[in-house]
Amino acid sequence: MAVAEIAENMELVYDYPDSLTEADTHYCPGCTHGTIHRIIAEVLDELDVRDRTIGIAPVGCSVLAYNYFDTDFAEAAHGRAPAMATGLKRVGPNTVVFTYQGDGDLAAIGTAEIVHAANRGELFTTIFVNNAIYGMTGGQMAPTTLPGQVTTSSPTGRDVQLAGHPIRMAELIGGLPGAVFVTRQAVFDVPGIRRTKRAIKTAFQAQLNGLGFTMVEVLSTCNTNWGMSPQEALDWASEHMVDYFPLGDTKVSDDVRALMKG
Amino acid sequence: MAKELLEGNEAFAEAAVRVGLDAYFGYPITPQSEALEHLSKRLPELDRVFLQAESEVAAINMVYGAACAGARVMTSSSSPGISLMQEGLSYIACSEVPVVLVNVMRGGPGLGNIQPAQGDYFQAVKMAGHGDFHMIVLAPANVQELIDHVGLAFDLAEKYRTLTMVVADGSIGQMMEPAELPPMRPTRPYKERANWALTGARDRDPNVVTSLYLGAENLEEVNLRLQKKLEEIAANEVRWKEYETEDADLLLIAFGTVGRICQSVVRDAREAGMKVGLLRPTTLWPFPDERIAELAEQVEGILTVEMSAGQMVQDVRLAVEGRCPVAFYGRMGGIVPLADEILPELEKLAANVSGKKEAD
Repeated sequence: MAVAEIAENMELVYDYPDSLTEADTHYCPGCTHGTIHRIIAEVLDELDVRDRTIGIAPVGCSVLAYNYFDTDFAEAAHGRAPAMATGLKRVGPNTVVFTYQGDGDLAAIGTAEIVHAANRGELFTTIFVNNAIYGMTGGQMAPTTLPGQVTTSSPTGRDVQLAGHPIRMAELIGGLPGAVFVTRQAVFDVPGIRRTKRAIKTAFQAQLNGLGFTMVEVLSTCNTNWGMSPQEALDWASEHMVDYFPLGDTKVSDDVRALMKG
Repeated sequence: MAKELLEGNEAFAEAAVRVGLDAYFGYPITPQSEALEHLSKRLPELDRVFLQAESEVAAINMVYGAACAGARVMTSSSSPGISLMQEGLSYIACSEVPVVLVNVMRGGPGLGNIQPAQGDYFQAVKMAGHGDFHMIVLAPANVQELIDHVGLAFDLAEKYRTLTMVVADGSIGQMMEPAELPPMRPTRPYKERANWALTGARDRDPNVVTSLYLGAENLEEVNLRLQKKLEEIAANEVRWKEYETEDADLLLIAFGTVGRICQSVVRDAREAGMKVGLLRPTTLWPFPDERIAELAEQVEGILTVEMSAGQMVQDVRLAVEGRCPVAFYGRMGGIVPLADEILPELEKLAANVSGKKEAD
């Protein structure tokens, strides 16, 4: 039965958000990008900002995110989304701007851009998807790959003496005065997805109120490059990632706190 | 408007303000920081956007973002800074958003020094970044031209939705001379931004600005469209100036500061009884190759003078296609060749080519 038919005969309780296109995604089965896209789109709908939103896609698995959001979109060079977002927002102060970035994009090649955009308090929102691996290029070690985690470029497991330690971006960005709301959430189960959505909504509300830079780090999975089934990947992430990357807010300014209560 | 005594860097910055600059993003680097300093004061006064970026990499991507939003936007830098921007230039070229940048060239390679040079000719003209593209490259020789070229650069960038670079060198950026600024024009209202701009998908389908085309056929289609545009630019936007070429037996070709010095060389050479003319390209890409080919039929020899090891001279030789000998004289390291060094080079060329054209 087509969606339209259902709508005619029954009460439609779950549909595509307006801010999401109905395109089939290129993501692997079991990937959590789809979940994160959907909750962003739901938030844009709920805040009624779809028609003034501009997204910025990274280089990484979500490089084609512009095919899935029904909003204006730009595709950035690797790591440079926060600089592009800065330019876009500064010349379009009434727009709602968000970057969607993975761990290689944000926490390796784009470290300078995200740190300085956050520190300037740029009025855009960053959705930082951390799955501890380079997905698109075939499973190499990421800046957030866990100690001992095997990847195609750390074949015997990440050796922190050699490759350094996984970087905790929410803590780093939360420490900057320009950031007003920074949090780390996970989409490993339904309560986590709901909390992530709430956090994303808070971030966009803070942006709409002109409060400062906002970032939601979303712990995510990559079952393909982790070599696991989707469920195994979710279980592994809940068990191992959360230990190193604790969930929760790393920065909530007084204004954002008031916003959350209001 | 009356002429004022203006410094090159401040003059081009103020010229940009007056032709409706919405936003400037830059990073300090000698010898052009006066432009950034001027705009840090001027743009906020006018309620426009100025931002000092954390790097040239960030600056060009801020420019890219603002250009995607349909704003009139620019940056300026000097040689090592432009190298850092090249990634962004390639993305901008493929995305077809209009961007203006000014390169006040200094000595290189590496950190080089802060003296005037023209060693970035290849970078500007041949290889501004990875992939197949060209920027329009304007080459002023004095402060007035620098001012005029900034206005022209915005017009060309927006007309063709492309990158336009103005290449000055440290001496044009730093010198003060009388020049006239354009009258103050208002910025384009937000509502009148281009229909492709990212302003929010209100009452229209979403706009996407991207340089990603995964299918080979899709990308080739984009490549062909870009090449067609470049052909159109090459056909319509070649610019140059000529001095005393009508009866010339020998031709000087030089751009920027050296082009200006070569005007003195023409005068000195004529006083010494040599029939010398000068062609000074004011667009380096597209290059005035057809006119050079015509003049190569007329003259007995060409001397190209540059503040580099010899870069533009390769394009001169491609244009001349063996019609006459092409000699080169250049200085590097920030040394500006003087008229009394160039004249003996002309005399050498004259001695080598004397009577050869008639003998053929």
